[in-house]
Amino acid sequence: MARRLTLTGNDAAAEAMRQIDPDVVTCFPITPQTELMHKFAEFVADGDVKAEMVLVESEHSAMSAAVGAASAGARVMTATSANGLALMWEIVYIAASNRLPIVMPVVNRALSGPINIHCDHSDTMGCRDTGWIQLYSENAQEVYDNVLQGILIAENPEVLLPVMVTFDGFIISHTVEVLDALDDKDARDWVGDYKSTYSLLNTDEPATFGPLDLQDYYFEHKRQQIEGMNNATGVIKSVGEAYGKLSGRAYGMTENYMTDDADYVVVALGSTCGTAKVVVDEMRAEGKRVGLLKIRSFRPFPHAEILAGLASAKAVGVLDRSVSFGAPGGPVHKEILAALSGTGDATVVNYLYGLGGRDISLDHIRTVFEELETLAGKTIPADEVRFIGLRG
Amino acid sequence: MSQAIERARTYLKPLKKLPTVWCGGCGLGVVLSSLTRVMAEMGLDKNKTATISGIGCTGRLPTYIDTNTLHTTHGRALGFATGVKLANPELTVITAMGDGDSVAIGGNHFIHACRRNIDITAIIVNNCIYGMTGGQYSPTTPHGKRGTTAPYGNVEYEFDIVSLAAGAGATFVARTTVYHVRELDKLLERAIRHRGFSVVEVVSNCYTSYGRLNKFSGPVDMFKWMKESAVTVKQAGEMSPEELEGKFIRGIHVEKDQPEFIDVYDKLAQDLTKGPSTVNQKLRATIEGYEQLGDKLKAGIG
Ligand SMILES: Cc1ncc(C[n+]2csc(CCOP(=O)(O)OP(=O)(O)O)c2C)c(N)n1
Ligand code: SF4
Ligand SMILES: [Mg+2]
Repeated sequence: MARRLTLTGNDAAAEAMRQIDPDVVTCFPITPQTELMHKFAEFVADGDVKAEMVLVESEHSAMSAAVGAASAGARVMTATSANGLALMWEIVYIAASNRLPIVMPVVNRALSGPINIHCDHSDTMGCRDTGWIQLYSENAQEVYDNVLQGILIAENPEVLLPVMVTFDGFIISHTVEVLDALDDKDARDWVGDYKSTYSLLNTDEPATFGPLDLQDYYFEHKRQQIEGMNNATGVIKSVGEAYGKLSGRAYGMTENYMTDDADYVVVALGSTCGTAKVVVDEMRAEGKRVGLLKIRSFRPFPHAEILAGLASAKAVGVLDRSVSFGAPGGPVHKEILAALSGTGDATVVNYLYGLGGRDISLDHIRTVFEELETLAGKTIPADEVRFIGLRG
Repeated sequence: MSQAIERARTYLKPLKKLPTVWCGGCGLGVVLSSLTRVMAEMGLDKNKTATISGIGCTGRLPTYIDTNTLHTTHGRALGFATGVKLANPELTVITAMGDGDSVAIGGNHFIHACRRNIDITAIIVNNCIYGMTGGQYSPTTPHGKRGTTAPYGNVEYEFDIVSLAAGAGATFVARTTVYHVRELDKLLERAIRHRGFSVVEVVSNCYTSYGRLNKFSGPVDMFKWMKESAVTVKQAGEMSPEELEGKFIRGIHVEKDQPEFIDVYDKLAQDLTKGPSTVNQKLRATIEGYEQLGDKLKAGIG
């Protein structure tokens, strides 16, 4: 039985966390994530969950405490944004390297400086090589669904990697939406109980986490981690299907929206996909063959789905909401180019948009499609970037 | 009087930054006016003063001050300030931090700056809460008091910033409140003049987050609480522990002469170079000093 709720993105994440009721939640406030932890703190204070909530004095400590608790065998969650994630970075890497299945909602916000509190993807894109799985969400419904699925993906024995569920600051975190949630029993049964393979609390089988690992085995351990990440692709798909049977909302690595016969395709992540879908619908009604390729899982990267989604495209516009300074284009663009290399002659155009919360409108996306029409067949240098909504 | 106000005003950035972002009734306005008044009275050279902050409502303070300013990241004001002071020891360096900025996320920088006794003035506006992010309890939220993350009262125990600073080795430590404005002026001036690391804890009111959660009827009620709860060092000396229950002590807690970090550093450079050193020549002298030290070491090893 589904329950229809009216929640912000932050509340949707907190609602999923309430149902998961992890053993330990560690947290430190930062805009725009703060309301998420507030909501969860209320659940704890009101006795709605049994979770231990540890309110620490910085994000570095939040992730450290999460790693400690996960090493002890607990199911652990935390949440953050922007500079908080940057401050955690050292331990973010350790969480993945120690194969601890922590699930962390990250509310996307531009990194300082200068200081800014609004959405872009510089924070999570900066973490794309930390070994965490990254699921991007389009709206509050997906935030809720991704958090619930994140637990099963992270804890799968073939994966055992932490998961970031990201969603756009303010645009999703602070906007009220209607969404369907599982009832508590279904959600509880879905996540089940977590039993860690190794645990610091299991004194019968003492384990050591993260000891010195030099030329002898470090490389082999990294290889195992690479395999865990590779395995995640299959697991994300099977979990997404199973979740579909339970909730009526199935998920894959990407959502290929009207791409089957599309001549022009926009690739994007996060809330912008909602805006792009409206434009695709409008332009389809005008008889234009346009489509959207929404990347849900950026890590692991969805090669097969991208190839399928762009198979008919004459021109592809890749929308990046963060910069990879000095690189040929933004992080998404680079990977799309890599995925497409040697597969044909679609023209790929990189668009940089929305830094520091700069709005992206229906008109902007329509302009991208119109530009793609004129650019099809042309060769665009890999390092050429077009800006959306930039002054001057 | 009005002339003094006019003088203080010249230390505010042009009016387009005003009004401030702060809530009506917030004590931060009192701190801003006191600091600009003191800067004016001392005649601080704006170009030779750097006001530095981290993040938070208190962190917004330098935004309004017309000296060199540096708005940094949460908890790191003192790290940046140390760099500024070392690069240009001629500058008067003042940091403004909230309780969270200074003793939660930035706690480590704080104790080490105290220990190092570097000539920086640290103003800590203690409103007992993370004001900017919506009233989560901080390391100075008193035990039992409420925050949005402690809806039934804080189970942790609070830091006493004055004891923390004194224990960590700060050579000037004082406390007052935003109610005791004249004392605040006096202490800020004294702290800025002090050669060494000075800490002024300014107990303030965040009615928006802390006050409402803790049964204060309004900002004025919180000023009353400060008036009644803050006793002077002298008064405290004559009070029994029972009488001191629920009170806190304002005034100067530590004021001692101890060679300041850059002075010690400079002297070392002079000793090694056997040459004169002024503040202006300091960097040169230090670099040369290290070059010579390197030569001496090489000679010793060789
Ligand atoms: C690394 C990092 N973590 C968290 C934050 C979010 N944040 C901004 S201000 C603040 C707390 C402010 O409290 P305090 O320092 O006491 O200043 P006040 O607002 O009370 O003056 C926090 C947690 C941040 N900006 N950066
Ligand atoms: S939130 Fe509190 S500390 Fe911040 S400006 Fe308002 S009253 Fe002042
Ligand atoms: Mg504070």
